[in-house]
Amino acid sequence: MRHSNSRFLLLALAALFFFSNPSFAQDAADSPSVEENTTPVDEAGLEGDVSAGKDLFNSLCAACHKPYKRAIGPALHGVTEKRGKEWLYSWIKNSSAMIEAGDPQAVAIYEEYNKVAMNAFPQLSNSDIDNILAYVEQPKPEPKVAVATEGAAAAGQGGGAGVSTQVVLGILAFVLLLLLVVLFLVNKTLTRFAEANGVVIEKDEKTSKPIWKAFVENQFLVIVTTVVLLLVGSYYVYGFFMQVGVDQGYAPVQPIHYSHKIHAGDNGIDCKYCHSSARVSKQSGIPSLNVCMNCHKSIAEVAPETATEDYSKEFYDGEIAKLYDAVGWDPSTQSYTGEEKPVKWVRIHNLPDLAYFNHSQHVTVAGIECQKCHGPVEEMEIMRQHAPLTMGWCIECHRDTKVNMQGNEYYEKIHEELSKKYGVETLTAAQMGALECGKCHY
Amino acid sequence: MRSLFKLASICGLSLIAASCAGEKDRNYQYFPDMYEPVGYEAYGEYDIFVNGQEAKLPAEGSVPRGWMPYEYENNLDGFDAAKAELKNPLPYTEENVNEGAALYTIYCAICHGDKGDGKGTLVNREKILGVPSYDDMGRAITEGSTYHVVYYGLNSMGSYAAQTDEKERWQIVHYVMDLKNELEGKPKRDFMTPDEIAHWEKAGIAGDNANNKAQESADQNLSKEENN
Repeated sequence: MRHSNSRFLLLALAALFFFSNPSFAQDAADSPSVEENTTPVDEAGLEGDVSAGKDLFNSLCAACHKPYKRAIGPALHGVTEKRGKEWLYSWIKNSSAMIEAGDPQAVAIYEEYNKVAMNAFPQLSNSDIDNILAYVEQPKPEPKVAVATEGAAAAGQGGGAGVSTQVVLGILAFVLLLLLVVLFLVNKTLTRFAEANGVVIEKDEKTSKPIWKAFVENQFLVIVTTVVLLLVGSYYVYGFFMQVGVDQGYAPVQPIHYSHKIHAGDNGIDCKYCHSSARVSKQSGIPSLNVCMNCHKSIAEVAPETATEDYSKEFYDGEIAKLYDAVGWDPSTQSYTGEEKPVKWVRIHNLPDLAYFNHSQHVTVAGIECQKCHGPVEEMEIMRQHAPLTMGWCIECHRDTKVNMQGNEYYEKIHEELSKKYGVETLTAAQMGALECGKCHY
Repeated sequence: MRSLFKLASICGLSLIAASCAGEKDRNYQYFPDMYEPVGYEAYGEYDIFVNGQEAKLPAEGSVPRGWMPYEYENNLDGFDAAKAELKNPLPYTEENVNEGAALYTIYCAICHGDKGDGKGTLVNREKILGVPSYDDMGRAITEGSTYHVVYYGLNSMGSYAAQTDEKERWQIVHYVMDLKNELEGKPKRDFMTPDEIAHWEKAGIAGDNANNKAQESADQNLSKEENN
């Protein structure tokens, strides 16, 4: 009996571990793709290796085709029903030859898709093409609703630690409050009992002086208190004056929720990909929307795993839709409508007009990382001002930064003279004159 | 007791005042006379402009200094012509290739991969698919076709004309050709010596672009002076 009991417990424990394992949800998320690969292809009447087809499709076709959605080229699902196999072989291997030869079907599709020529793929064999066709002819996978909810549940579990501390604190506060109320009530009842029983509660009659009078009469205490008060007060007053006009931490709500974390962090896109003018001009430009469309022409929705606890996939997809709306892109026809609505981004970093700052000078000439001033942007879901952008902050960096003069003829002579003057091997920006007033204020 | 309360309230109030700069709003400024620019700032909003927008497209027909028109049109014929006849006007030097490599890493490698094999970060993460390798036989890229595609974009790839200038694009082309060579297992090209460059420029291959480069370097000197 005892033995079976422990076995049962063990089983229960195992089950518990199995279900509480976060990777379980991930397995579930992965499983549809496994199913995709194993689904019999016979349904479409095609023989071909689906997984090999997927690889080929992703590397060669996916730039212009999607299986179930129109992209630059038509959606490919169902293509084997529309066209004969031989026709497809020759079309894929060299479509432009067919158009020139005047094949009516070929010419029609060329006209329909804005005369965009499909690349020739002479390297594909007939069996390669069979594999690709087998892949695109798979039935469309059902929307992954179940998976999404499981993912959300897993996310909930993952965030449990953060929530639980708050809950515990809340409960503690509640218990404290309850105790206070109980104490007050007990006190009240006891007093009432005492009154009812005719017991006179002795009031603590003060015979001595009140405490504040004693305090005032003690000169030493008064002086010490005044000094402390003045010190604390001036500390706060100083802090108050020093933050006037400083926008550190400023994180306004932007018209489109653009996540630097997803773009620069997760996907590792270089800062200068979008802010290209930081290399060559005073301004680090806000990228115009055509730069967004370099990628978002083909990324109309985020992957399910991009969604976080705070921001759902629907939310992110909505933000991409805002971009399409602003730039005038119609995803259904894959073309620009010409109706543009400029996005009113809110400027975050703004130096006062009295100070001059040039991005290219710092980014290209000095080779400073963007993060040095802008902080860990690649971790920011919402962009905020990291540095105070005060003069003291600029000067501190100019004093510390060693100028890299290696292999730069421009600096050769000045380095020789200055290093002799200061008696140092490496020069800081300040020694090069980066503290001169006129460098930034003119 | 009361003085303690007063002290606490003063501290509290000043703390609130000090933390007034909320995350969603800008902090207030004291005498902002020299903070606000007199001229129009980049991206500023001013009533005088259409739409209130300072950021504008250049006036029609205007060109930046040193800019040269690109003669091939954005269609299939233009692409074929550029692919067949357009050559890189920049000499093949170490400096140009290194600059090209740096720019390639910023703008191209994210999709095309550091080796040009079409396996960049975005492709590996399955965000963007179907990026070909530079040694793709069907495409058989050339200097001209590479430049043409960077300039206008092709299919899913967008135009990079706004993010790079003419010289930078040709530097990228040099590096892309290097990557293609490497993928095809061909030996590395030798860098041009100064003599070769002089001879090559004289031969007129560089043509107008040589003048253009002189103009550009003059511009750069000018801007350097301005900066100083």
